[in-house]
Amino acid sequence: MSDQIAMTLAEARDAIRAKKISSKELTGAFVAAIEKARPLNAFITEAGEQAMLMADAADRRIAKGEVGALEGLPLAIKDLFCTKGVRTTAASKILGNFVPPYESTVTQNLWDAGAVMLGKTNLDEFAMGSSNETSAFGPVFNPWRANNSNANLVPGGSSGGSSAAVAADLCLAATGTDTGGSIRQPAAVTGRVGLKPTYGRCSRFGIVAFASSLDQAGPMTKTVRDAAIMLGTMASVDAKDSTSMDVPVPDYEKLLEGGIKGLKVGIPKEYRIDGVSAEINALWSKGAEWMKAQGAEIVEVSLPHTKYALPTYYIVAPAECSSNLARYDGVRFGHRASGARDITDLYEKSRGEGFGAEVQRRILIGTYVLSAGYYDAYYSRAQKLRTLIKRDFDQAFEKCDVLLTPTTPGPAFAVGAKTTDPLEMYLQDVFTVTVNLAGLPGISVPAGLTESCLPLGLQLIGKAFDEATLLRAAYAIETAADFKHSPAKWWNV
Amino acid sequence: MSAAPKSKTLKGETGDWEIVIGMEVHAQVLSQSKLFSGASTEFGAEPNNQVSFIDAGFPGMLPVINEKCIEQAVRTGLGLKAQINLRSLFDRKNYFYPDLPQGYQISQFKDPIVGEGEVFIDLKDGETVKVGIERLHLEQDAGKSLHDQHPNSSFVDLNRSGIALMEIVTKPHMRSSEEAAAFLKKLRAIVRYLGTCDGNMDEGSMRADVNVSVCKVGGYEKFRETGSFKNLGTRCEIKNVNSMRFIVQAVEYEARRQIEVIEGGGTIRQETRLYDSKVGETRSMRSKEEAHDYRYFPDPDLLPLELDADWVEAIRKTLPELPDEKKARFMALGLGAYDASVLVAERELADFYEEMAKGVDAKAAANWLNNEILGRLNRDGLSITQVPVSAAANNAIITMVGDKTISGKIAKDLLDIVWTEGGDPKQVVEQRGMKQVTDTGAIDAAIEAVIAANPDKVEEVKAKPKLSAWFVGQVMKQTGGKANPVAVNAALKTRLNLPDEG
Amino acid sequence: MSVDKDTVRRIAKLARLAVPENRLEPMAGELNGIFQWVEMLGEVNVEGVPAMTSVVAQKLKWREDNVTDGGRADDLMINAPDGTDHFFVVPKVIE
Repeated sequence: MSDQIAMTLAEARDAIRAKKISSKELTGAFVAAIEKARPLNAFITEAGEQAMLMADAADRRIAKGEVGALEGLPLAIKDLFCTKGVRTTAASKILGNFVPPYESTVTQNLWDAGAVMLGKTNLDEFAMGSSNETSAFGPVFNPWRANNSNANLVPGGSSGGSSAAVAADLCLAATGTDTGGSIRQPAAVTGRVGLKPTYGRCSRFGIVAFASSLDQAGPMTKTVRDAAIMLGTMASVDAKDSTSMDVPVPDYEKLLEGGIKGLKVGIPKEYRIDGVSAEINALWSKGAEWMKAQGAEIVEVSLPHTKYALPTYYIVAPAECSSNLARYDGVRFGHRASGARDITDLYEKSRGEGFGAEVQRRILIGTYVLSAGYYDAYYSRAQKLRTLIKRDFDQAFEKCDVLLTPTTPGPAFAVGAKTTDPLEMYLQDVFTVTVNLAGLPGISVPAGLTESCLPLGLQLIGKAFDEATLLRAAYAIETAADFKHSPAKWWNV
Repeated sequence: MSAAPKSKTLKGETGDWEIVIGMEVHAQVLSQSKLFSGASTEFGAEPNNQVSFIDAGFPGMLPVINEKCIEQAVRTGLGLKAQINLRSLFDRKNYFYPDLPQGYQISQFKDPIVGEGEVFIDLKDGETVKVGIERLHLEQDAGKSLHDQHPNSSFVDLNRSGIALMEIVTKPHMRSSEEAAAFLKKLRAIVRYLGTCDGNMDEGSMRADVNVSVCKVGGYEKFRETGSFKNLGTRCEIKNVNSMRFIVQAVEYEARRQIEVIEGGGTIRQETRLYDSKVGETRSMRSKEEAHDYRYFPDPDLLPLELDADWVEAIRKTLPELPDEKKARFMALGLGAYDASVLVAERELADFYEEMAKGVDAKAAANWLNNEILGRLNRDGLSITQVPVSAAANNAIITMVGDKTISGKIAKDLLDIVWTEGGDPKQVVEQRGMKQVTDTGAIDAAIEAVIAANPDKVEEVKAKPKLSAWFVGQVMKQTGGKANPVAVNAALKTRLNLPDEG
Repeated sequence: MSVDKDTVRRIAKLARLAVPENRLEPMAGELNGIFQWVEMLGEVNVEGVPAMTSVVAQKLKWREDNVTDGGRADDLMINAPDGTDHFFVVPKVIE
């Protein structure tokens, strides 16, 4: 059984197609594993019963010879995707027991391809956080622990439930969303693959919005190949999302093994920053060597506005969030405070009770930077910086095809270690956030372990809508790194 | 035509005051579905039955713009002779209200789809005044809160939420309550001609917010010269004044109120007021009292709206003849300015007139429409679209008067018959023998009969030729009104030997 | 620019967030920390730089004017904290 759940998505797919295993069998194994792994708190809602029904339906389709791209494959879904008839919380109290009467486009694409939903994974409240500690449903624990330590570590965030579920073999793959690094950073600190596609590649329809101009859904998987498979189904051109780009979706898996001979890999010099561990920098150099060894050409490039990316992000994202979260007012759905004197009191109490501290902080920042007298100094300036940041990338990509950088400034940290100073937590996204601001695709690939045996990732950044090249480069890193480590399943007692 | 007509002044204790008025009109775009969702725009549905999850601000819902609404805004802009902006932006206007489900309204703030334009308003005395249009932008309507269904609760219906509105903002170019009403009337005519808004004020598809300020005589002239608002008083915005009559009342009341406040030593606070038509007063709106900070920013769910210049030109080519052009054409046909402006005020009326006036004297047709048709419609409480006698039938009647088949008096009787009983006027004339008698034999016989019965009058008329009118009347009576009065006159003159100028 | 207790109170009101009185001062401190850090954007000369309105280089999609939605008042109400006869119900609003 542990062999079954340890399969990659591609392996499971092939096994199901070869009728070596049924979807029900596989799904049942995951449902059991999820129950055992409850100490990780990776799931907010387990959907075991429904999963078995979906698996049964998949098996019947398989028997009839109707085999979709993900037929019968059990997946975990970040609880930010609205799922019809299944409670969707965004890890917030404000959504109460919200049960969407509709399905997000991305999850619909998955079900249309035959996939099975195991449940909804935990996350930072409204995807605001880098450690999964802001969830109203409690923190998620990283399946990894440092050598000779029982201390609980964070699984990264905001897609911490998904990263933990993938690393702990609680699903074949999971969906995540990435606004400033929320797929790549948790993937990196759990030793797995996380891909943030180009803005506009996956539809945002039906995904609870955090910052509309930055949010993008993507896969969290065990391998680069699995990421290619997942993206091929998640991505679509959607008439229901005005920012969904009208670009055909190629067969990413087919394009995976082309090799990187002659590929120009840019190393942005501004990503060498203070406060990054020596291990990370060493790994970064190693990554460049791996690529060079496979025929890539390494070029140094400059992204001069890099240091402004994080503060720019902390204006743009809260501004959009303050407006996006105005709809949670206790009127049509979600939490409503009792005993309100009047409508204003109802709003203030419901929102005050319903939103956690970090979400409230960001709503206040966003409200402030948009308010009269401050718009030009903050919001308008930040959007101009964004133009400059995007220009940096445009110029860099004149010299190279992909960029190679670290994903995070360090490995997974202890639960509670960075919760007192918001700024320290924000710095987790220092390498990932630029990619969101410029709307580009980025992927984190597990590349090594720290001295204390915690995983570290390398990030590759691609040109807009060139996920195929990005995946090919990531596959080259993956091959060279040969990262085969998995956490000890300490929760299985 | 003059840009700044003499204003109507109001007498105060400290001197004469002038009113300055600007308007913001919300006109509901005529479209099948909403601005950003596929829910229907039809009026009067069951509560919350024409609502998509987008309109209700549900999590993860995204707006997708309706092309028809863009076209209608451009069409209206062209009709207002306005600048069409080929690139415009949608912004979010953030505020909390139960009928605003998203917590923001998608509107256009800095870069609207339509820029400056103009509307000419027609006043009673035939004078025309130009009112500048500041801008037109597209935005979502809010839902509806019902406050009178329950003692402690308000009920929210989102059927209206997300319907496309055009907000049309004027410059402060109106100087009296009459001008304000005339502006709204003209704007309504224009959008109805264009087919971009049904102008139905009862159903709320056209709503006006009126900005009123007062200043001492001369201030407005200075404002027009310098463009500086310092020369004008502080304005108050009167919300949702939903009929022409209420506009007049609300402006008059508000101007008086402001003058009294200022003359009493007070100052006018810029605020939003509500017109209470039951008592004929404006009052401060409690819900709008707190300072607003809408935190506008471009909606990240939408991209900039870019229009193709050729596409705009193609729309321009499909514009109908608008009231001003129609009025000019009618005046060239010989109609007076006022008559022409009355006829063009409603497209249906103008269309009716044009069909009715085919091949007949334009002025005669206009008089017939104004005096006979509109009079009867008014009497019966009908609108021009409900007129029981078709334009073609009226054309037939006027034609018969013109070619002297029937007399003017008979024409009115004929209209009454077809108005109530229906039927083809020509056939009715035939069947009921209403044709004008031009047969001299019949007229002569009638004259002989009148002379024989009134020998004394025959003597009198020789002394007083003006008495011939009495003879005409008697002869007409004898013929049941059908005799051609010109023929009767001529025959009488010969028979009685009267001088020509009689 | 420095954020004080009153500013926090004002923006909390705008955002319709009940922030307890004893949280205003600490929140002002936290926000100040963040805004001081953000001040570094002031170093950059942004003259003539257009503000980004969309990271996607695409024309806005237009939808055809067809009625494709609505008629689901029941679905709309299932999550409502308070509703009657397909109306959402809120404490009385005074205009």
